[in-house]
Amino acid sequence: MAEVRAEDFGSEEQAKAVEDLTTSEYKWGWETEIEQDTFPKGLNEDVVRGISRKKNEPEWMLEWRLKAYRHWLTMEEPKWPKVKYPEIDYQAYSYYSAPKEKPELESLDEVDPELLKTFEKLGIPLEEQKKLAGVAVDAVFDSVSVTTTFKETLAEKGIIFCSISEALQEHPELVKKYIGSVVPYTDNYFATLNSAVFSDGSFVYIPKGVRCPMELSTYFRINAMDTGQFERTLIIADEGSYVSYLEGCTAPMRDTNQLHAAVVELVTLDNAEIKYSTVQNWYPGDSEGKGGIYNFVTKRGACRGVNSKISWTQVETGSAVTWKYPGCILQGDNSVGEFYSVAVTNNHQQADTGTKMIHIGKNTKSTIISKGISAGRSDNSYRGLVKIGKKADNSRNFSQCDSMLMGSNCGAHTFPYIEVDNESAMVEHEATTSKVGEDQIFYLNQRGISTEDAVNMIVNGFCKEVFNELPMEFAVEAQKLLAISLEGSVG
Amino acid sequence: MPAESNLLKKYTEGFAAFEEKLNGQSETSFHKVRNEALNKLAELQFPTVKNEEWKYTNVSGLVKNDFEHPLNIETVDIDAALIEKLRIDDVDSDILVVVNGSFNKELSVLSDYPDGIIVDSLANQIKNNSELTEKYLSKLTKIENGFNALNTAYSTDGVFIYVPDNKVIEKPLQVIFINGSSENEVISLPRNLIIAGKNSQVSIIANYVGYGEKEYFTNTITEVYSGANSVVDLYKVQNENENAYHIDKTEVYQNRDSVFSHYNMSFGGKLVRNDINSTLDDENITTNYYGLYLGSNKQHIDNHTFVNHAKPNCESNELYKGILDDQSRGVFNGKIWVEKDAQKTNAYQSNKTILLSKEASIDTKPQLEIYADDVKCSHGATIGHLDDQAYFYIRSRGVSPEIAKSMLIRAFIDDVVEEVKIDNLKEQLNHMIFEHLHRVEI
Amino acid sequence: MISIKDLHATIDGKEILRGINLEVKAGEVHAIMGPNGSGKSTLANVLAGHEAFEVTKGEVFFEGEDLLEQSPDERAREGLFLAFQYPIEIPGVTNATFLKAAINEIRKHHGQDEISPKEFLDLMKEKAKKVGMDDSLISRSVNAGFSGGEKKRNEIFQLLMLNPKLALLDETDSGLDIDALKVVSNGVNTYRSEKNASIVVTHYQRLLEYIVPDYVHVLYKGRIIKSGGKELALQLEEKGYDWIKEEQVETV
Repeated sequence: MAEVRAEDFGSEEQAKAVEDLTTSEYKWGWETEIEQDTFPKGLNEDVVRGISRKKNEPEWMLEWRLKAYRHWLTMEEPKWPKVKYPEIDYQAYSYYSAPKEKPELESLDEVDPELLKTFEKLGIPLEEQKKLAGVAVDAVFDSVSVTTTFKETLAEKGIIFCSISEALQEHPELVKKYIGSVVPYTDNYFATLNSAVFSDGSFVYIPKGVRCPMELSTYFRINAMDTGQFERTLIIADEGSYVSYLEGCTAPMRDTNQLHAAVVELVTLDNAEIKYSTVQNWYPGDSEGKGGIYNFVTKRGACRGVNSKISWTQVETGSAVTWKYPGCILQGDNSVGEFYSVAVTNNHQQADTGTKMIHIGKNTKSTIISKGISAGRSDNSYRGLVKIGKKADNSRNFSQCDSMLMGSNCGAHTFPYIEVDNESAMVEHEATTSKVGEDQIFYLNQRGISTEDAVNMIVNGFCKEVFNELPMEFAVEAQKLLAISLEGSVG
Repeated sequence: MPAESNLLKKYTEGFAAFEEKLNGQSETSFHKVRNEALNKLAELQFPTVKNEEWKYTNVSGLVKNDFEHPLNIETVDIDAALIEKLRIDDVDSDILVVVNGSFNKELSVLSDYPDGIIVDSLANQIKNNSELTEKYLSKLTKIENGFNALNTAYSTDGVFIYVPDNKVIEKPLQVIFINGSSENEVISLPRNLIIAGKNSQVSIIANYVGYGEKEYFTNTITEVYSGANSVVDLYKVQNENENAYHIDKTEVYQNRDSVFSHYNMSFGGKLVRNDINSTLDDENITTNYYGLYLGSNKQHIDNHTFVNHAKPNCESNELYKGILDDQSRGVFNGKIWVEKDAQKTNAYQSNKTILLSKEASIDTKPQLEIYADDVKCSHGATIGHLDDQAYFYIRSRGVSPEIAKSMLIRAFIDDVVEEVKIDNLKEQLNHMIFEHLHRVEI
Repeated sequence: MISIKDLHATIDGKEILRGINLEVKAGEVHAIMGPNGSGKSTLANVLAGHEAFEVTKGEVFFEGEDLLEQSPDERAREGLFLAFQYPIEIPGVTNATFLKAAINEIRKHHGQDEISPKEFLDLMKEKAKKVGMDDSLISRSVNAGFSGGEKKRNEIFQLLMLNPKLALLDETDSGLDIDALKVVSNGVNTYRSEKNASIVVTHYQRLLEYIVPDYVHVLYKGRIIKSGGKELALQLEEKGYDWIKEEQVETV
C-alpha cells in the first residue's frame, strides 16, 4: 500500500480518494498456458546465430546482428538516468520464445484458441466485427507475429503491414535500406542489445501518395516468464503518404522483473506524415515495488523529406522502470516534430522519460507537451533535448513540461537540455510543478462533485492537451487507463 | 586527462616547494585543510566534458598550461593611479585591492568601521588562527572538482569580511581583484570569506580586472555565511581581459529570515565558469540570483547555479539573461532542488538568451528536482533573436539600425539591471554592456 | 431554511467563531457585515464545510438536517452554494464540463435523470446572458486566466445554473468596479425567490444598495453583536463600526 497520510490532503476522505486512485491492482495480470518454444537462458554469439537461423534470415542480417552483439560487449549500461534498479543479469534471460504452432496460418481458426482468448481479454479487435471497426492488427505474442489481419485490404493500396520477420523474407531490400538508419546498432546499450537479438516486431511501408485508410495497430504482450522482449519496429512513409500507428502494451503480473528493450524506427520522406501513438501499461510491479517490467526503449523518427512530420503521443502508466525518449531528427526543411506525453507513476515506479528534437533542416518546428503525475513513492523525471543545428535557420521549438504531485513521498524532476547553434532560432521552454490542491478539491466539492471525481477531473484537465492528440478510440482507452491506474472512473 | 595536463602535474608535484615559501602559514591549522585538498586534487583531477557538470565547457586547453604560482614570480607593480583607473567610476565605495590573490593594504582605502567589524586580509586571519576562520573557512563549501582543490591547496590570501550581529557596513565595499602579469603566465587564487552576523547588513562589489598581456588563470572561491535576518548583496562585475581563464565558485549558507542577493555581471575573459550555490537551511529565507552574460568574439561563458531549498517557506528568484555576439558561446545550468521537508517553497527561475550572430550559440539546462509536494516551482528558458517586429517599429519612426538595435538590447537587459540597488553602479553597468558589445550606447 | 445555534469554530487552534446564532427563512436575504478579521469569511467557509476549520461547539440545521454531519459535496447537493471570495482555477476542465458534472451529481442525489445535452446547452445560454458572460468564457477552463471580475461573474453564473436553496456570497463585491457590481447584483436578484434564501457577506455597504437585504447583522470578534434592518447598513457606512463596539462595551 502506498502510504498516504491524511494530513497531506487535509481530510481523510481526500486522502482515501487519492489512495484509491493510486493503489489499484493491475488488471491485466493473468498468464496464458500454452506450449512455448523457448531458448535456454543466456546470451552468446550462438544465441544470436540461433535467432537468425530460426527466422531464416538473409546473411547480411546475421552479420549486422553479430556486429551489434560484438559492439554491445564493449559497452556499459548507462547510469545517468534518474532511476535505480538492481543490476540486470543478461545471462539470466532467454532471448527467444515463440508459441509452438503450425508453421503456416491461413485463417483465424488455425490460431491457438488460448491465444485468441488472451487477445480477447486484451480487447484486441481480431474478430470479424472488430475488423469492421476499421482497425488492422499485427499481434505480437512473445516475439513472434502470429496473425495479421486486414493484410489484403492494405495490399490493394500497396501498403505493406507485416511482421519484421516476414518483411525480411518478402521485402528484404526495404528492410536492408532502412533498418538501423535511424537508430544505428551502435546507438546505445539497449538499442545495441536489441539489434543483436531482436526477435520480431512490425514492419510498415506506405507507398508514395497513399493515405493509409485505417489506423494500424500492434499489441505487444510479454508472456513467457523471464523472457526479455526485444521487438523491433520499422515504419517507412514514402513521399506524400500518411499513416497513423497505434501501439498498446500490457504484460502479466510476475514477481521477477522482466526486461523490455525495444527499438522503433520511423522514416518520413518528402511531404509524408507518421503519427505514432502508444498506450503503455506494462505491469508496474506491486505496491511494494516487487516485480514489474524494465522498459528501456529507443524510439526515434527521422523526418528525411521536406515538409514531413512525425508525431509521438504516449500515455504511460505502466512499467517498474521506464527509460525512453522518443525523438525526431528534423532533417528535411520545414519538417515538424511533435511529442505529447502523459506519464503516470505510483507506488515504487520510476520513470525517466522525455524526448529529443534535433533540428537540422531550415524552418523546422517542434512542439513538446509533457505531463508527469507522481503518486505514492514514485519518481517521475522529464529529460529532454532540443538541439538547433548550425544550418537550421528559423527553427522553432516550444516545450511545456508540467508536473503534478499527489502525496509527499514522491518526486518530480525536470531536466531539459537546450542547445542552440543558430541565431535565428526561437526556443521556449516552460515548466511548472504543483500539487493537486486542497482548495481545488474543496471548490469542486462545493459544487456537489465527490472528492474522487474531483481528483479525476483535475488530473484529466491537467492531461487534456495530450489526450486531444490521441486518435479517438485510443483517447477513450487512455482516459480509461489513467482512471484505472489512478482507480475509479474519470469524471 | 592527466597526461595532457601540465597544470595538474605541476601542482600535484610542487607542494613541498610551495610549503617552503609559505612563510609561517604552514604552521597554521588551516594547513591541514591544504594537505587534504592536495590529495583531492590528485584524486579528482580536472573535469572533462564527460562529467555532466562540465558537459558544455571544455577545459582541456586551459589545463595544458602550467601557470606559475604568484609566490614564484616578481610582484606585479601596481600604483594608486592605476587603482583609480580600475575602480568602477562614480560608485562611492571603500576600496580593497587584491593583486594576484594577495591582499594589498597600502592600496586599499577603508573607512573606520564600527566596533567588531573586520575588513582584512584573509592571510592575516589564517596566520592568527582566528576563531572565525577555524569555524567557517572551507567549511561552507565542499571540494567538487580539481579547480576547487587547487584553490584550497594553493591559495594564500584574499579578503576577509566580518560583520558582527546587529552591525551594518554603510558604504559598499569594492574589492578590486587584479589578475595577470606582463612577464609571466600566472595563476591567481583569491580566497574570500564573508561572514554576516544576525541582523547585519553589507554590500560588496567584487570587481575582477586583468593586468598585462600574458595569458593568466583566475581560480577563485568565495564563501558567504548569511546570519539570521541579515541582508547581503554581492555584486560580481567580471571585467577580466581577453587573455583570461576565469573560474569562480561562490558558496552561500543562509540562516532563517536572511536575504542574499547575487548579481553576476559577466563581461570579460576568454573562458569563464561561475558556480553559485546557495543552501537555504532554515525558514523564511529569500535568495535572489540575477545574472547578465555578454559574449563577444570567441568568449565562452558558463554559469552554473544551484539553489538548495532544504527547509519550508522559503523563496528563490532567479533571472539570468544573456546576449551573445560573434562566435561566443554561452552555457546556463540552473538547478533548483527542493528537499522533502521544504514544503511551501516558492522557486522561480528564468533564463533568456539572445543570439546576435550566426555563429553564436547557447546551451541551457534549467533543472527542477522536487521532493516536496506543496510547492510552487517554475522555470522557463527562451532563446531567440532581437524582435523583428519591434525592430521594424522603431526603424519606421526614423531611427537608425544601430540605435534601434541598441534600444532592443537595452529593453532586453533592463529588468536585470533594474534589480541593482546602487544607482551609480546601474549606470556604469549600462556603459559596460554597450562597450563590451561594441554598440552605440543609449 | 438554516438555523445556526451557538456555533464555535477554530483554525489551527485559534478560535474565530465564538457563538454565532442565526435563523434564515426561505425568501429572506441576510447581510453579514463586519470589520476585517471579524470572522465573516470563516462563517461562510464553515457552513460550506471547509476542512481547515474545526467546529468546536454548536449546531447547524439546514432544511431540518444536521449540516455539520455532511461532507462538502453532500451539502452542495442538498442545495447549499458558496460563491467564493477567491474562486479557484482548474486548468484543462471547461466550465461546461464542470457544471454538467455538478448538475448531474445534484440531480442524481435527488433521484432525477441526467440533464440532456440540449437542455444543458439551453440553460447555459439563458443563464450566461443574465450575467453577460461571453460564450468564449463558457468553453474556457474554469476560472483559468480569468480576470478578478470575470471570476466573480462566473461564480454568479454557477449560482444561476445550480439554483441552490441557500446562497452564501462571500465578499462577492470585493475588487469589482461599479459596472461589474451591477451585473453581479442583477444576477443575484434574478436568483432571489420566495423558495430560496441568501446570506451576503460583505465589508462594504455599497453592495447592499443593489442587493437589498431584509436583515443586517454585524459580526465582531466571532459574534453577532447587532442585528437590524437594512437601515443598519447605512448607519455603519456613516459611522463605521466603532460606535457598535463602544455600545458593546457599555452593555458588557
